[in-house]
Amino acid sequence: MMREPAAERIPILKMGDVLLVTIQVEMHDQLALTLQNDLIEAIIREHARGVLIDISALEVVDSFIGRVIRDTAAMSKLLGALTVVVGIRPAVAITLVDLGLSLGDVPTAMTVEKGMELLRFARAAAPQPAGGEGEHERGSQ
Amino acid sequence: MSKTTAPGLPDVLARHEQELLDDWLHEQLAAATLRPELMSEEELRQQSREFLSLLRQATADVIPGDIRDPRGEAVREMLRELTRNRVARGFTVSEIAAFVFSLKQPLFRRLAEEFSGDPKVLVELIWETNVYLDRLGLYTTEVYHKSREQVIARQQAELMELSTPVVQLWEGVLAIPLIGTLDSARTQVVMESLLQRMVDTGATIAIIDITGVPTVDTNVAKHLIKTVTAARLMGADCFISGIRPAIAQTIVHLGVNLSEIVTKATLADALALALRKAGFRITRTEKP
Repeated sequence: MMREPAAERIPILKMGDVLLVTIQVEMHDQLALTLQNDLIEAIIREHARGVLIDISALEVVDSFIGRVIRDTAAMSKLLGALTVVVGIRPAVAITLVDLGLSLGDVPTAMTVEKGMELLRFARAAAPQPAGGEGEHERGSQ
Repeated sequence: MSKTTAPGLPDVLARHEQELLDDWLHEQLAAATLRPELMSEEELRQQSREFLSLLRQATADVIPGDIRDPRGEAVREMLRELTRNRVARGFTVSEIAAFVFSLKQPLFRRLAEEFSGDPKVLVELIWETNVYLDRLGLYTTEVYHKSREQVIARQQAELMELSTPVVQLWEGVLAIPLIGTLDSARTQVVMESLLQRMVDTGATIAIIDITGVPTVDTNVAKHLIKTVTAARLMGADCFISGIRPAIAQTIVHLGVNLSEIVTKATLADALALALRKAGFRITRTEKP
């Protein structure tokens, strides 16, 4: 919606049909919303089936950022991509719990590697959703 | 309270230092609060002399009406040192305060002799001196309690570290056996050490064993849920084991909802589940 060409962005990397987002800068509200927009656009554009959000570099996660992450996960689920939040630090986890903010049913993993594994498992377990898969099949061949 | 200029007190302290010291020592040595087995007379004399000279400096201009007056800093410093020293030797709080209070009688007697011609000044002087000495005496009790509190706080911290060991049961499986009552401060330590160990070892399964927790009320349950939720946020599974029959009854009667948490009766059950989740299978070898 709001496009600010000069605004800082968090890069979204594509690995196969998984999008990897590593947040390495301090999150502020606008940046979080920009990331949310970019990410859902990227999911559609790249036909992603999974998203890994790595927040291991974040020392502070406030209630707003927490909600944006949860919402983003819910949105990506609607678009057919499972989001795994990776690398929540102990201090951050404790703060989130103290704030009464759980990430809902967003799956979490300790490392990117374990997050990838989780995505693989989830995909093996979940039935392939019908429709909209043609493009993806073509892309991966 | 007005602070009248009182040249009388430091003057008397300076002129009669030796007699005052002797009287005071006599007073202290005769008192029931003396602890000859803890402290030598020589040391007591040394401390008394130092106190008198510092008191003279503190009251050189006026008798401080406030204990925090910077002029009295040297006296306070000396009393702090003295109190810490005596606490370490096992003096009681009243025995320490008696050091200051026992000065009153010899000092007032001396003042009365000096100002016998002017009762008005005498009353005023004795009153102010009395108030100041009372505050100094109370200051020693304050220091005493502070040093006690420090000891208690240190012991609490040590106890807390002692009571929350995180042990590794298997590759990727951690356990934390809780013993004693869980309060919010302890939950914090438990959470922090458990989560940190999970990060350090890369373990993704944690078992909290509450066999040693005497009672589980709504608060304890809340703390347990918090810990499990935090572990989940980090991407780990967290089970609770060691729920004794009485505790199961309490939990149900209180209406505490632990349904989101995997609970097991014994640590063995929880370990079996953990191993299954981690993909291990245990088989018994053929008997030889």
